[in-house]
Amino acid sequence: MYDVIIIGAGVTGTACARELSRYEAKICVLEKEEDVCCGTSKANSAIVHAGYDAAEGSLKAKLNVRGNLMMEELSEKLDFPFKRNGSLVICLHKEDFSKLETLYERGRKNGVKGLQILYREQVKEMEPNITDEVYAALYAPSAGIVCPFAMNLAFAENAVVNGAEFRFDTEVQNIRKTSQGWEIETSKGVFLTKTVINAAGVYADRFHNMVGEKKLCITPRRGSYCLLDKSAGTHVNRTVFSLPGKYGKGILVTPTVHGNLLLGPTAEDIENKEGTNTSAQELEQVIQKAGMNVKNLPLRQVITSFAGLRAHEEGDDFVIGESEDAPGFVDCAGIESPGLTAAPAVGEMVSGILKKRLNLKEKDAFISERKGILNPAALDKEEYRELLKKQPAYGNIICRCEMVSEGEILDAIHRPLGARSLDGVKRRTRAGMGRCQSGFCSPKTMEILARELGKDMAEITKCGKNSQIILGINKDTF
Amino acid sequence: MEAYDVVIIGGGPAGLAAAVAAKEHGIQKILILERDRELGGILNQCIHNGFGLHTFKEELTGPEYALRYIKKVQELDIEYRLNTMVADISPERVITALNREDGLLEIKAEAVILAMGCRERSRGALNIPGYRPAGIFSAGTAQRLVNMEGYLPGRKVVILGSGDIGLIMARRMTLEGAKVKAVAELMPYSGGLRRNIVQCLEDYGIPLKLSHTVVDIKGRERVEGVTLAKVDERGKPIPGTEEEYACDTLLLSVGLIPENEISGKMGVELNPVTSGPVVNESLETNIPGVFACGNVLHVHDLVDFVSQEAAAAGRFAADFIRNKKSFQENQEREEIRDSHEIRIISDGGVRYTIPSFIRPEYMEESLTIRFRVGRVYRDCYVCVYFDEKLVIRKKRLYAAPGEMEELILKKAQLMEYPALKQITIKIQEA
Repeated sequence: MYDVIIIGAGVTGTACARELSRYEAKICVLEKEEDVCCGTSKANSAIVHAGYDAAEGSLKAKLNVRGNLMMEELSEKLDFPFKRNGSLVICLHKEDFSKLETLYERGRKNGVKGLQILYREQVKEMEPNITDEVYAALYAPSAGIVCPFAMNLAFAENAVVNGAEFRFDTEVQNIRKTSQGWEIETSKGVFLTKTVINAAGVYADRFHNMVGEKKLCITPRRGSYCLLDKSAGTHVNRTVFSLPGKYGKGILVTPTVHGNLLLGPTAEDIENKEGTNTSAQELEQVIQKAGMNVKNLPLRQVITSFAGLRAHEEGDDFVIGESEDAPGFVDCAGIESPGLTAAPAVGEMVSGILKKRLNLKEKDAFISERKGILNPAALDKEEYRELLKKQPAYGNIICRCEMVSEGEILDAIHRPLGARSLDGVKRRTRAGMGRCQSGFCSPKTMEILARELGKDMAEITKCGKNSQIILGINKDTF
Repeated sequence: MEAYDVVIIGGGPAGLAAAVAAKEHGIQKILILERDRELGGILNQCIHNGFGLHTFKEELTGPEYALRYIKKVQELDIEYRLNTMVADISPERVITALNREDGLLEIKAEAVILAMGCRERSRGALNIPGYRPAGIFSAGTAQRLVNMEGYLPGRKVVILGSGDIGLIMARRMTLEGAKVKAVAELMPYSGGLRRNIVQCLEDYGIPLKLSHTVVDIKGRERVEGVTLAKVDERGKPIPGTEEEYACDTLLLSVGLIPENEISGKMGVELNPVTSGPVVNESLETNIPGVFACGNVLHVHDLVDFVSQEAAAAGRFAADFIRNKKSFQENQEREEIRDSHEIRIISDGGVRYTIPSFIRPEYMEESLTIRFRVGRVYRDCYVCVYFDEKLVIRKKRLYAAPGEMEELILKKAQLMEYPALKQITIKIQEA
């Protein structure tokens, strides 16, 4: 019998796991995919929002501001890339200026520090590539950018080190109340637990509605993005938003924490909870709208496009807490933007609820820090030389675009919750994430995966399940 | 720090030919840095024949062609290091590289020859909509898996792009037991060599769908199908022309991009049309002593021309070093030669030329100008103007973007025009 079962190994689920792993508790995370960070957490804007968007008094507002405050220390302790680059909300027309003032006021009430309204000259001085038509902008110095994969992995790895279990390829099929708690039926057998955290992203309504009378309805709201090469990464230095509209914050243009330029997302309500396909119209919209705020976008430098799903709940706020009629079943539902920013605060809040319910005691030996995969680019020349002498695998460059060595890939495979697929290696090391989009490195990475995991090349997948990369050997049908 | 006269970045066909030529022109200390586990570059995975018709007057496979040069490199005792990745080159020509054996290497070069080749344009660069499952390969990646490792990446295949690698892979996949359902090409003509269309598609009954593109990719885990649609003259899909193809694999042969990230970082000026360095008649970039040749300079169709161009780069690098040494030895006597520059202008249907400018005093007896046209021409003339004056007018029965053109300029001819400022090359339709 577990104390806590968490459904979903996205950033919310793993943030909860990490917070709860401070306590003497038997924790298990169930994930239907083969790895952490496979749903909404892997395909989003990677923004740490300042907190002026959400309505005053909402959970979104409160947890956004709290998450933003926590991010710095957390990124140092858990070693994931985070940068406070600041954001600008662009107002193009004088008529819309009042909307900017509304944001400013709301931000102040939400507790966002340092907000400033800037006019054309000041904006242009800050970001010369902003359109000449800009009238004014809201500047939020506390906004930032983060690596969502690294943050999600950091939470998960740290939770594992502190005793949490993870079960992958384990799809929850049914949840039943028992006298002692909950019985969770999955594709890999039945799990018993005292409490449940429902952090299932776009599926959170499905699980909530299995146990609660007051129904939730989550609509996947698809957002498509274009990612540009690192050569375009300094086109703007701050995150550039449009004035928010009905479907959210509009199309943004932002540098990523690794130095690429990201454009997107669109907002398209769909039915398919796995509908992460892009469409030509949506990609066109990304490009067209991104160009309204930022001029001279080097669109020839697009290296990939992708789509993610926001878990939009009808009430338009996060739904966090125990359902009235299902004590011990804690929802983290409707976690759309600013969900990535809020994740650490959500983890804190949820673990607070369960600490009380389960009367949890703190561990003596909680390990609060975690080291990420060594990034040789961060070393000085002498340290780098030493590393190469001691561990020659770091001298064998596998991904030429991102300069990722065999050493980093080996680390990614052999660390807790190690990579088992090409995408797993990619999210951990960036191998295959560069301008050639894994054309050159994928055969080599597959070879390393096969060797290290003791598998046949034909068993290596892109992202688990039936995503095999090679289907046979030459002439095997003759 | 180690020091060499010439360091060549890349041990593919360009790097090998450049090294051989530099050595044959008297340069002793030469080093080739190769990132892969053997010399030969992409030729090693090109196991089809048709290489070497110009160079050796016989038909070789890619590995055989490479081997001829590798043997020369070995006979001439040219040093090379494998599995060695160049991370950075400073404008002062200090190369930082790394490998398993030596760790971090720093090498000072008197001259550098850039010969890094090119990469394939990816699906993302085209913004092809749909899912992102396994089973989408650039044609070259699939070629490596099949030809070097013996793995079949798919059984039912659609290919987008009729560049040469796409055509060659249509045949290869068929020979290895896959069914190639169609090759789609966005343009109204193929980007590949005509011989490849005949020998790789027509001979196997594989349909070539011109003016078509992929508008959707289906399948979340592995490709389950693609949708092709006809495109209008601006390349936009025409609604209502969609056709579904059930397949497990999509190969992309949609263009090659010279790999100039290192060149760009060191300050080499790049031409936005070729994505390769801007060079003069000596194939020298804007940084003195830094030369470029092969697919890193501009994408070629035939390796024979890569070898020719690279050999020239090797000779010019050798000259550069000799001139520099004699300049240092006889500083008073040596006069710096007048380097009056003639720009070459691409006009009327010519997309670019290599080189971009000529210093006649530095020319060899003749100079090969290589260029590409922007569309298909039948019965046209290649016209060369010295300033306003038409000096060469050559008939071409057929010219297409997929087949590189060349013309020869004689030094003697240029010397007759001492005040010449620019040479214009254009296509005139008959």
